[in-house]
Amino acid sequence: MSELKLIKGNEVIAHAAIRCGADGYFGYPITPQSEVMETLMAEKPWETTGMVVLQAESEVASINMVYGGAACGKKVMTTSSSPGISLMQEGITYIAGAELPCLIMNCVRGGPGLGTIQPSQSDYFQACKGGGHGDYHLLVLAPASVQEMNDFVGLGFDLAFKYRNPVMILTDGAIGQMMEKVKLSDYKPRWTDEEIRKMSDKWATIGKTPDRERNIITSLELDSEIMEKINQRLIDKYNKMKQEEVRYEEFLCDDAEYLLVAYGTSSRICQKSIQIARKEGIKLGLLRPITLFPFPVKPLERLANQVKGMLSVEMSAGQMVEDVKLAVNGKVKVEHFGRMGGIIPSPSEVVEALKQKIIGGK
Amino acid sequence: MQKKLIKKYLKMAKIKGDILVDIEECKGCSLCVTACPLKIIALSKKVNSKGYNYAYLIKQDACIGCADCATVCPDSVITVYRTKI
Amino acid sequence: MENIQKIENIVCQKSKVLTDNTMHYCPGCSHSVVHKLIAEIIEEMGIQEKTIGVAPVGCAVFAYNYIDIDWQEAAHGRAPALATAIKRLMPDKFVFTYQGDGDLASIGAAETLHACNRGENIVIVFINNGMYGMTGGQMAPTTLVGMKTSTSPYGRDIDLNGYPLKMTDIVAQLPGTAYVTRQSVHKASNIRKCKKAIKKAFEIQKRKVGTSFIEVVSTCSSGWKMSPVEANKWMEKHMMQFYPLGDLKDSERDNPDDYKKYMED
Repeated sequence: MSELKLIKGNEVIAHAAIRCGADGYFGYPITPQSEVMETLMAEKPWETTGMVVLQAESEVASINMVYGGAACGKKVMTTSSSPGISLMQEGITYIAGAELPCLIMNCVRGGPGLGTIQPSQSDYFQACKGGGHGDYHLLVLAPASVQEMNDFVGLGFDLAFKYRNPVMILTDGAIGQMMEKVKLSDYKPRWTDEEIRKMSDKWATIGKTPDRERNIITSLELDSEIMEKINQRLIDKYNKMKQEEVRYEEFLCDDAEYLLVAYGTSSRICQKSIQIARKEGIKLGLLRPITLFPFPVKPLERLANQVKGMLSVEMSAGQMVEDVKLAVNGKVKVEHFGRMGGIIPSPSEVVEALKQKIIGGK
Repeated sequence: MQKKLIKKYLKMAKIKGDILVDIEECKGCSLCVTACPLKIIALSKKVNSKGYNYAYLIKQDACIGCADCATVCPDSVITVYRTKI
Repeated sequence: MENIQKIENIVCQKSKVLTDNTMHYCPGCSHSVVHKLIAEIIEEMGIQEKTIGVAPVGCAVFAYNYIDIDWQEAAHGRAPALATAIKRLMPDKFVFTYQGDGDLASIGAAETLHACNRGENIVIVFINNGMYGMTGGQMAPTTLVGMKTSTSPYGRDIDLNGYPLKMTDIVAQLPGTAYVTRQSVHKASNIRKCKKAIKKAFEIQKRKVGTSFIEVVSTCSSGWKMSPVEANKWMEKHMMQFYPLGDLKDSERDNPDDYKKYMED
């Protein structure tokens, strides 16, 4: 039943959403991801699956519509890019605080401020360390191909509902705009009212029936003792994610003497860098985190015992490098290399940086 | 003038009214005192456990059960009864 | 003196859709009255199981403790966005927002205008008492010129603060609205009219003919530093002069067919 298609990253997000039975999409145009909503509007899923697609008046409105829909136990999502994601931060912390499931995609562009429209990876801090106020985390998935863009929509929703937490797909303008061959997901029907009632009647606002108390979706709690318990419940949730949801990929790490750590577009560049390096006799490997939160701490701890140095390759001033350093805990040298302003580094630049910062530094 | 008219209709229609105030929930806001067309509600000199002077019916036999007091009461502390006699 | 306090003689009592919780609102607060009306309407229409409310940030942030239906707490000003999603995803439910003047007319101005402009089939209840009550009585977009608040201690000044905003008048001009009205709850007769207006709005939601917007010109005894009775008098004398009561629009949203001509060759 599944189809193979040559398709653009942003477009596949739209198709994947329809196919996984999403109930609603609320978004606002912003480069480089407007194709998501354009594709949804062109597909008219409200006529086929009944999915609601609405262009909201701003990103602020979009994320609050997602909150409203998620609170009804529905599969809802939004997509945006860095400046728009900044606008959404209040809504995101409300969603996390109210323990609601939803999917958010950030197609990262160069910043700060209005920045550029070219790809970047400078929203790692915003995605993984907070972004919004308070003690919360997003579960962050980092696709490195258009296939993964497709797959992570369904996976993202599954994880969102498993943990009743917002999930973010952190991609960049390059993957959003590139075309690759994709095996599209099978069609899954949208949940019926009965299914939603069975799944979520304990918490969702689907109408107070006489057999239960009213459901209140809120993140407000003025009693400190109770609020601490709520915060602890969230922490326990994130600890469970750290135990069960870490995803990563190792590339030629078995005999590696040096390690590149990179995600998304950077990881694809690094795969080429490894070929170049190995031709020169450098035993180089790559650890590609697939979940940025929870971060793949254990494989890095293990590889720290094996390699002589690690280079975190990110299209930013160096954000994930801090988590790599934390994971290896001083055992081995960790440096960062990256281009900014929307520039994608070339594979040979990465090898040069490795030689200068890690190998040469000895 | 209004008072006389109401008393006249009272005698004609033979309607009897009464109110029950939930003393503990009353916040002593006085809106019912102002709203009562017969001016037969007042705030007690006594207070409830929250410290509010609660409302009470001064002249029970004059109440016509118009329910203006309950209508204006923000906290729904007044139950209004009405019957024909 | 015969005791007539019997169940069969009850003509007015607390709505069953109101919870047992004591409302935290100040004595005489208009919020409490409007909550009561909404609960009574939900009870009379038999829609307790089908109604979803969206609470604001403001004194009424705890509205969900008092009216016994499913509720969502919105971020400040965003209630119409939440309500938009709820209604579009669950069209058979009754959806209303309940917002103060800061929530609806200041930070939420865009969400308010756009929900009304899209003609979302929801009810928006707008409690306008000319100030930010919960945070201590600061100036709001609806504060009258010359009115003293904690951030306009010498009275609102147009050069400094701009003009008071008549949100209801703006909303009444939007093509997506069906019923736009201004009510009050300071006298029994006004309360009865206000209840009729809110009920009408819920009936309009059944017909799916556009947004209903009900402004309730209200008091804030604490913020205005007056007794509830004095506040009602002050409101009648000053607020209601600038925000006059009555229906501003009573029809349906614009006919979509009327807009096709602009794209014709």
